[in-house]
Order: sequence, then C-alpha cells, then structure tokens
Amino acid sequence: MPLFEAVRLALATIRVQKLKSFFTLIGVTISVMFLIAVVSIVQGMSRYVEDDFAGKFLGVNTFNLRRFPDIQNDVTAEQWREWQRRPNITIEDATAVKQALPADARWAMHDVVWADGSSDFTQGGPQILAEAATPEYFAIKDLNVTQGRIFTEQEDALGTDVIVIGTEVAERYFPNLDAIGRELRINRFPFRVIGVLEKQGTVFGMPLDRQVLAPFHSEMSRLTHARHNLYGVVVQAPSPAAFDGLQQIAREVMRKRHKLHPAEPDDFSLESSASALGQWMTIKKYLVLAGTVLPAIGLVVGAIVIMNIMLVAVAERTREIGIRKSLGARRRDILAQFLVESATLSAFGALIGVGLGIALAQGVAKISPLPAAVAPWSIVLAVGIGAGVGIIAGAYPASRASRLDPIIAMRSE
Amino acid sequence: MNQQITEAPLGSTAERQIVVGASGQAPDSRWVIVTRGLKRDYDMGGEVVRALRGVDLAISRNEYVAIMGPSGSGKSTLMNLIGCLDTPSAGEYWLNGTLVSRMSDDQLARVRNKEIGFVFQTFNLLPRATALHNVELPLVYAGITSDERKRRARAALERVQLENRMDHRPNELSGGQRQRVAIARALVNEPSILLADEPTGNLDSQTSEEIMRVFEELATQGQTVIMVTHEPDIAAHARRVVVLRDGLLSSDDRREAFAAKHGV
Repeated sequence: MPLFEAVRLALATIRVQKLKSFFTLIGVTISVMFLIAVVSIVQGMSRYVEDDFAGKFLGVNTFNLRRFPDIQNDVTAEQWREWQRRPNITIEDATAVKQALPADARWAMHDVVWADGSSDFTQGGPQILAEAATPEYFAIKDLNVTQGRIFTEQEDALGTDVIVIGTEVAERYFPNLDAIGRELRINRFPFRVIGVLEKQGTVFGMPLDRQVLAPFHSEMSRLTHARHNLYGVVVQAPSPAAFDGLQQIAREVMRKRHKLHPAEPDDFSLESSASALGQWMTIKKYLVLAGTVLPAIGLVVGAIVIMNIMLVAVAERTREIGIRKSLGARRRDILAQFLVESATLSAFGALIGVGLGIALAQGVAKISPLPAAVAPWSIVLAVGIGAGVGIIAGAYPASRASRLDPIIAMRSE
Repeated sequence: MNQQITEAPLGSTAERQIVVGASGQAPDSRWVIVTRGLKRDYDMGGEVVRALRGVDLAISRNEYVAIMGPSGSGKSTLMNLIGCLDTPSAGEYWLNGTLVSRMSDDQLARVRNKEIGFVFQTFNLLPRATALHNVELPLVYAGITSDERKRRARAALERVQLENRMDHRPNELSGGQRQRVAIARALVNEPSILLADEPTGNLDSQTSEEIMRVFEELATQGQTVIMVTHEPDIAAHARRVVVLRDGLLSSDDRREAFAAKHGV
C-alpha cells in the first residue's frame, strides 16, 4: 500500500464523515491549540523579557554595581534592613572600578531621579525620569538620537547644562516644534536641549520615552545626587567571554575598598541581566511545564478517542479488510493502512489545532499586554505529536485488523 | 499430452491416488493443483466437524473445472483451501509445483496475490472505489508502479468489455457489470487459476449466461478456471465436474457424462 494512497484514503474519510471526524479530532485539536498558544505566549514573553527588558533596561553584557539590586523580588524584611545598612556607592568607588578595568570595557556612572519638567510652552505634566550620566552610558544602553547629538566628554567634564530628551518629553514640552537648542527646565534648573532620543516604548511599565539625560557633572547631579548615594555604575564587557572577568575585577575592587574579610558577604550588588532574569526563568519553567503537561493530558484523551474511532472503523470495514487480504494484502499492508489512516487523521487534527493556536495566541496578544511569538519548531513539533498520537492510538486497532481471518472477514456484512 | 489426461476424468479413488502421486513428492509440472489426502476439521465449541475428510484431486493447466455439491458437502472449505485463504488440518496441497499447505499467513498472501484470481458470489468490490481502482488493488499489493497498474487495469477491464465503465463505483453498475469488474480484478495479475465461488449466485439467469460466456471465453484462451457451484446447470458449463459429498469426492466426470447423469 503506497503511503500517498493511504493518506488520500484517510483524507477522503474525513471529507465524507465531517461530523464524526470533528468529534474524533476535537481532543487532539484542542490540545495542540493550547500547546501552540501557550508556547507562543511564553516564547513572546521570553523575547520581550530577555531582549527588551534585559537589553534596554540593563544592556547587553552589562552589569550594574549598586548598593542593592534595582530589580527586586521577594525581599524579606531582614534582607531589606541589611541593604539599608550597606555603605553608599560613591564616585570614588566608581572611579576606582574604572581604573581597574581593561581599556576595551565601557564604564559609566549614572544617577536617576523623578523630576518635574517645564518649558516656555508647557508647564507641568507627567514626571520626567531625569538621569545624570557619563557619556559612555549612551553606548552601553544603545541609546541613539534621531535629532541633534549626545553630549561629549568635554561637556561632562565642564558640567555643561545640556540635555538629551526622550520623544515623549520632546512632544510634550515642545509641541510641533524643533526641540533642539530650546530650554527645558528640570525642577526649575534650565538645560539646553541638544538631542532627541529614538522612540523606545515602555518596558515593564517604565516609560523610557520620558527619559532625559544630562552630563553627570552638570547641574543635574545636584538633583539626582543629593544624598551622595550614587545610583549605580554600569560596566559593559566587550564580549560575553570577558563578562565574568570584569565582574570579578569590580567585585575585588569593591571588597578591598570596603575592607571586607574573605568570609564576609558582599555589601554591594553586582546586577546583570542574567541575575535579573533568574526570576523570570523560574516563572518560565513553570509556564512551560503547565503549558505542556496540560495539553499532554488532553492528548491522552484525544488518543483514546481516536483509538475508539479506529476500532469502530476496523469493525465497519471488516469486509473490506477481508477483500484486501484475499487479493494479497499481507498483515503489514493492513497494519500500515490503518496506522497511516489514524496518523493522517490525527495530524490533520493537530494541523487545525496549530491554526487555532496561532489565532488564539494572536488574539491574546491583541487584547492583553502579553506578547506572542509563534515558534516554527512548535508547529513542526505539534504536527509530529499529532501524527505520533495517531500512530500510538491506531496501533491496537490496526493490529486487530491485520490479524483478521480473511474468510470470516469477507463473510461479515 | 495434457489433453489425454483431462479427457479421461478419474473415476475411482485408487485411480486418483495414482495420478496425484506419493505424499511429499513434487507433482508433475502439468498439474497446476494437486491435493493429497486433504483434510480440514473445525472445532465448533468442543465438537469437531470434519468438513473435508481426505480429498485427492489433480487439476491440470487450462482445465475448466466445476466443483459441485450440496450445502455442507465441504465445497466451500475446499475452495478456501485451494484459494489459499485457509490451511488444511492434514494432507498436502501443491499449487504450481509449490507446497502451500505449510505456508505462513504472509506467504499465503503472496501466493493469493500472484497465483489466484477470486470471483465471489457477492462480488466483493470495495464500495467506495471506482471500477478501475478495484481492478488495480491486486497490483497495489504486488508493488507495481501507479502508471503500470493503471495500464494493466484498463487492459483487464477491456477484456471484459467494461472500458467505458472504468470510473464508475460499484453502486453505479449492474450486477453483471459488477461481476465483470470482479473478473477483471481476478485476471489483472495473470493468475495461474481463476477461482470462482458461486459466481452467478446473485445474478438473474440472463446475466448468469452472460457471465458463463465470459468464463467459457477465458477457458478457450487457456485460462485455468475452477468454479464452485451448487447448481448443476451452471456446473454443466465446465468441461469437467467434480462432485463432493460429505467431505469426500463422490464423482469426477467429463461434462458430457455429467450432463447425461443429471439431465442438463
């Protein structure tokens, strides 16, 4: 029995018996639908968290030296108190780290504060995420301007009051105007706009387009650095391979400066995208587990339904089996015919499930903030699983069919 | 030489045993079928039914033989054994010089595919397949390529004058046409024997005559035909008539002798 012939026969059966096929395949279809939907959503969230969040928020191959982690989850009161006892990260610490780093590493100090903005055109409005940073910060965070320019080392060294602003800030404070060269006041300190950043969107509720950046040594530091607690030092390794080494250098510098005994734990935090993503990875693990185990249960039910239907099909077609055997079909021919039929049926159900799953994932992505990315491997896997379920479910009925006695089979009506 | 033998049907058991030869020896190549002491017992819920009780039969190439007998005589059992659909409880069955009575299921399937063309009372066509596809089926299991299958199936349908009914399904064909599709299917693999089981049982007398003419023509062309029937006037179409009674051969006559005995 050629494969193509058997597949064609199975598809003809589906076409003739639409309603029966629908009920036969609904288990597999729904299971595959949820499998695809969950995998797509998890995949989408992964991409979102790992690329957008880690990339924009922390930067690639980048670690933050901070007093305590910026991204916190499940912090105990005790830990919180310990963090509060930690010494501040000072400009001297930051400079010492810089001096210890190799020349190809990028380094930046930055400070952040939520501030009020105003211009000659607009008063008030939403809070602005005001940052004071050294110029390499732009390169580390991959921040690019669409208009104007970023500030230079000289401007930072001189403490020039220039500012690079996010798109939302530009639109809000300079509506329908060219912002470059105009004055933006942050908590009433005037800055001259020299650049507008490209649009970045929102990462975990953080409106990055409401960001403004001024040189670290400008007036901005008087707003941000009020309590002599440096928000953080960012270091970017030139390659993933160099990353751990640089983190080690920073750790040693800081431990030495804080005069820590080898047995004492760090009293500062080195935060990288990997450490921040740890929590997400845990969530993801459970999501993937739930997203695969639940459809797997559905598939078992689907397989039982298919097995049942195939047993009915074998009973209904006993005479056909007898005829085929009388014409020279061997056991393996009959076995193959029913296995292919069952696999085709099930794979067809899985294929519909893939379509519905993609639609569901896109639907969820539309109506909720959850993103969706359909992984091509999940489609291949789903159809493969579908066919596999069909083969497993069809094995028993097919083996029964193949063992029928041709004389008795041909006598049945 | 064949002629000589086929024209001298075998009267007594002793004579038959001389022709079929000694057990275990391959029979002379002129015999397409040789059975030696063929027995078949059925276990019917503890009670053993002896359907065949030792049949010695030799059929040569190009013969047109009818196997007759009342119901319960064992003719269906004999036909199943000859058709390799069943294996005997005891005795030997040589088909085309090969001992098939000891073969496995799958080996028998190959023999059915290559050596035997069945024509059944109830036609046994696949209802969902066209005439052409039904005729192609044995070639599918013989592993013939699609183009070659179609070519040979068309040729077989032309042989039974159904070339313009190829794309019809069985329910779109008359009884006689269905049986001719079945004959085409039986012939498509060029089998050693055409084995017909009550081929006219479901047909009116006019259509029966039509089918008998097809068989007659095939026999004239040199096809070995074995036909199982309980109707003497159908059996009388064959050139030799073997009668079974209670699981044993009771007579083996040429057509003329048979016709004289039964007045047909």
